[in-house]
Amino acid sequence: MRPGAFSVIGPRSAGFRILVVALGGVLLAGLWAAHTMESEGHHITGMNNQIVWGIPHVFAVFLIVAASGALNVASLNSVFGRVAYQPLARLSAILAIALLLGGLTILVLDLGRPDRLIVAMTYYNFRSIFAWNIILYTGFVVIAGIYVWFMMERRFQRYSKPVGFAAFAWRLTLTSGTGSIFGFLIAREAYDAAVMAPLFVAMSFAFGTAAFLITLLAVARASARPLDPDILARQARLMSIFVVVVLYFVAAFHLTNLYAAEHGGVVRFLLVDGDPYALLFWAGQVTLGSLVPLVLLWTPRLSRSPAACFVAACLIVLGGLTQLYVIIIGGQAYPLMLFPGYEVSSTFFDGETGRYSATLNEYLLAAGGIALAALIVTLTVRVLPIVPERLRLAAGDSVTART
Amino acid sequence: MTAATPFADRARRRFLKGLGVVLGASAAPGALLVELAAAKAPDEAVSGARRWGLLIDTSQCAESCDACVRGCNEEHGLVGKDRPATDAQWIRKLNLRHRTTGHAHSLPMLCQHCDAPPCVDVCPTGASFKRADGIVLVDKHICIGCRYCMMACPYKARSFIHETLRDQLAHAPRGKGTVESCTLCVHRVDRSGQDAVPACAEACVEEGHHAIVFGDLNDATSVIATRLRSEGAREIRADLGLNTGVRYQRMPS
Repeated sequence: MRPGAFSVIGPRSAGFRILVVALGGVLLAGLWAAHTMESEGHHITGMNNQIVWGIPHVFAVFLIVAASGALNVASLNSVFGRVAYQPLARLSAILAIALLLGGLTILVLDLGRPDRLIVAMTYYNFRSIFAWNIILYTGFVVIAGIYVWFMMERRFQRYSKPVGFAAFAWRLTLTSGTGSIFGFLIAREAYDAAVMAPLFVAMSFAFGTAAFLITLLAVARASARPLDPDILARQARLMSIFVVVVLYFVAAFHLTNLYAAEHGGVVRFLLVDGDPYALLFWAGQVTLGSLVPLVLLWTPRLSRSPAACFVAACLIVLGGLTQLYVIIIGGQAYPLMLFPGYEVSSTFFDGETGRYSATLNEYLLAAGGIALAALIVTLTVRVLPIVPERLRLAAGDSVTART
Repeated sequence: MTAATPFADRARRRFLKGLGVVLGASAAPGALLVELAAAKAPDEAVSGARRWGLLIDTSQCAESCDACVRGCNEEHGLVGKDRPATDAQWIRKLNLRHRTTGHAHSLPMLCQHCDAPPCVDVCPTGASFKRADGIVLVDKHICIGCRYCMMACPYKARSFIHETLRDQLAHAPRGKGTVESCTLCVHRVDRSGQDAVPACAEACVEEGHHAIVFGDLNDATSVIATRLRSEGAREIRADLGLNTGVRYQRMPS
């Protein structure tokens, strides 16, 4: 076996077939849910004229943000010169593409008129950050695809570094753009903040690293290729730092809002008395999604355990979904403040907390997007030499050599 | 010469009579022409010289009255399915009560037809657009139903069509899966120009309240511009600097 060699994961096993069928089944269920939503109309979902974006958007934004972060490992190699990570760069880029396609599929299938996707691709309003994101998302898939190709094609390998740079710059822009979807919303108190862009960049690093670690552990187990504990330890350490950075930006966002009397109400709603958002924030996002993983990752005895790292990564993913639920749903649930100092009532729920209860169709659509991402990764590692035969860092650890 | 005079008088009389008939006959179409001049030919571009808007006198708006809402619903065929969370509302009545003084008043809330509309800025396809005359609309043919405009609207003025529609009206096309809001009765405006009265204002007058005035904000001689100049009015969320086309009067601050 050549050191640094890549090979497909095989031969076909019963486990592989079961996995593909199961993922395909979930994907079909998601497509069926989307079809039902389009033919019946969105009234069969929990979304309404008060909460216009729901669970599909929570999962779609999570997958898109995680996609950007999943490219971390490849960037460590190409941008930051950590050639030790080179063996994992292909998987990192494939995961990034898969997550993005999964997220975009959810987003597109939730549109009121998904049949008009061609309109969105041909009519652009360049004042809209949404339109910019359409370009950023499709561009990311193309650049990451070229990146993988150049890494795998011996003749083009010398160009993979500049393409890696381009992918890195592109994904930072992409995540800033995704954060700015909310940051640019002047109408709503829970958004309208420049910090949304860097917050989403930090979230992408944390969620993407967690998604990569889960994928890596799953691939190692499925392919019976033992994972080097050194990889695990470094990824775990990196992930823990990103979790802290996310907490920092979240604290900066809420404390800045708290300082302005006009925003006291929305901070109180999200952190103290908004039901269920305050509970989700403290119990889900902060405790289970951040503090418990940090304990797992920072306890010396546990941090080298694959099981502990797997649990920590899963908790970070759950915490991330919770965080996006609080941002997206909670931010809409807080009523618009048109008349400060007044109690407002109407037949259109003015002055009331928005009510939202997701339906099965929405969860199925979201699960379908995740299944699509998992299916892309599963099939790709089966047919292309993406995964190194030895899941270990490259020889001559340049991390210590360069620093 | 004397014999010629009666003839000349008769001829003059005949001429004047004929002139009277001609003038009389032309009076009706003339009045019609005045109306047509105020309107816009179907193929004529909308002029930026005008800016249509509404002035709402909240002191004339009764808390118990929702005639404007009913008038709008009827005009545009907005039939609810008894699902308040998803039924479309282009105009709604807000009842306000001050938290400390207890002072109460009521007003209609609808698309404010902003000069710098956030819904237009955020729309990825350009389906949300502002006409040159200030009316903010949704092009139902290129709206993809992303609802970003609903997230961006500070006035919660837009509705998403959550279900299949039936018996639509020709002048108010709608479509499942797209977003919609007050059109300022654009079909009436394009037909009658400055003589147009939106359905909400018409219903308000019929109810005897006269709380809603429609007109050209750019025409210094129009009722709306005159009243704005002499009586003043305010914008809702003026802090956002959107320069709304709908202004509110006599609203306690």
